[in-house]
Amino acid sequence: MPDTSHDAVLARRGEILRRAAGVDYPAVERAGRSFDYESLLGSTGYAVDDVARIQADANVGRTPLLELKRLTRLARELAPAGKGARILIKDEAANPSGSFKARRAALAVHEAQRLGYEGVIAATSGNYGAAVASQAAMRGLRCIVLQEVFDSAGRGQPEIVEKGRACEAYGAEVWQLTVGPELFYVLLRLLEETEYFSASLYTPHAVAGIETLGHEIGEEVRARYGRDPDAVIVTHAGGGNVSGTARGLRSAGCAGTKIVGVSVDLQGLRMSSDADFNRKSFTTGHTGFGVPFLVNPDRVDVPRNAARALRYLDRYVTVTQGEVFYVTEALAQLEGLERGPAGNTSLAAALVIAQELPQEAIVVVQETEYTGAGKHPTAQLTFARELGIEVRRSHPRENVPGQVIAIPNAPEELSVTELELDEIRRSYLRRAAAAAPEAIGPDDLVFLSAEVNRPPDVVERWLAELAEPAAASVSV
Amino acid sequence: MSEAPDRSTGRPGGWAEVLLVVLEPSGRAPGLPPDTAATPYVARVRGFLEEAAAVGDTAAVRTPAGRRVEGTLVRLDPEPGHSFGRPVGELLDVGVELRERLAVEAPRA
Repeated sequence: MPDTSHDAVLARRGEILRRAAGVDYPAVERAGRSFDYESLLGSTGYAVDDVARIQADANVGRTPLLELKRLTRLARELAPAGKGARILIKDEAANPSGSFKARRAALAVHEAQRLGYEGVIAATSGNYGAAVASQAAMRGLRCIVLQEVFDSAGRGQPEIVEKGRACEAYGAEVWQLTVGPELFYVLLRLLEETEYFSASLYTPHAVAGIETLGHEIGEEVRARYGRDPDAVIVTHAGGGNVSGTARGLRSAGCAGTKIVGVSVDLQGLRMSSDADFNRKSFTTGHTGFGVPFLVNPDRVDVPRNAARALRYLDRYVTVTQGEVFYVTEALAQLEGLERGPAGNTSLAAALVIAQELPQEAIVVVQETEYTGAGKHPTAQLTFARELGIEVRRSHPRENVPGQVIAIPNAPEELSVTELELDEIRRSYLRRAAAAAPEAIGPDDLVFLSAEVNRPPDVVERWLAELAEPAAASVSV
Repeated sequence: MSEAPDRSTGRPGGWAEVLLVVLEPSGRAPGLPPDTAATPYVARVRGFLEEAAAVGDTAAVRTPAGRRVEGTLVRLDPEPGHSFGRPVGELLDVGVELRERLAVEAPRA
């Protein structure tokens, strides 16, 4: 029997993941710090039409694109004269498991079946678990889902408890774990023990599955309104949603569409802290994932992350928890749509960004998710109050993650906070340079330029600045 | 009318939850915040009890994936425990305000 201690299992990670991934990662590695990103994404062998066909076969995709007429009217009343873009939302809750994650899971589970695996495993506290479980149920494969759910007192985050319940409803074995990064250790142990397929969120399949979402938005907006979307607003956590949506929009020819990432501001809360864990009213789509995944996309359960949002983001903003709850209520009461937190994070930003754009412009919120017990604002706010977090009507500037949830007094108070992408790009480069300190060759420069979506001469200048002693002392 | 089920002893085939200590504090990952590092890493898994067992016993369940998982039996017929919570007045007010606002200021389309 192999050594099952934490360190011993992690030392076998390469071997375990190779057997479980069905992706030839060494084939895309290049000299230096580079790898061939397009070859990795192309390694699925599926064009966007193939993906759409596989998804349609699994009852996934082709979701309604809804025009939010009353929220558009509200944006126009708040905006200067002539401003107030039309706001659309892609009702991804219509997918089998109630979120866009069904698109990612459809391709991953299809691949697991094609390669002859008996079952699939996913480590996620998000909707992706239910999506994998649902797709596995549809194909008769076994499924295990691992979730970070409880603090050490056994208190479960209501939204994640709900996601665990959903996984069991689809016939999955669910491991509910306490707080800590050892989720990855348990994943490795179970992959080793079961020899199931690793349905990681970060494989090329899991990203290619989202390309149909961007593609559908591009084609449908153009057909209905005779123009490309001006901005597509994407809730950002691990990077797959941004990467896949942006790639799909490009494949539909929407070269000028701005990609705006949005995360809930949870800065100041430590993500691996037992005490802080339940002081978050949002379990994903927040800065605790959004920022680190931009700076270091490869800190995941595969050798190379196919989700690389820094390549695609034109803008990255944050909103507060209270603003998202406010907009969730607005969506229900003004549009008759009761939906979950992930899409409403983007919707809070969309209501603000629409006011910056002319009325003929089109802003698309690219997802909704289902809601219900645990996910609903009343569940989250009740839980927050039980933990001593103050919930009150006040200006969003009084929001303090983990201490005060400020529900805005009026829609005029909603705003977005810009996170400087150039700062994040420089942090990415600082880390990349430190991780592989050998001289940066021309191939590396091309790679890094694509990674941060800036011209090679800019990257070169930034790297030179980072090498200066004053800059070198700045911590990541 | 049936009596309340006996909650202390589970029958074979009954739905139950076992708890496993996956890693003791000394075996956890390096670099954890102190509050997390001080606690064991614990898992809860549910399935069908293989044999009759009482809460607190070591017991095995057969999971929905058909696998055997052994741990300490902690709950029989475990409820998820989450709900919609209590009504939140601050949010109910938001709905009323926004509807009034669009009703009053509505320009006819």
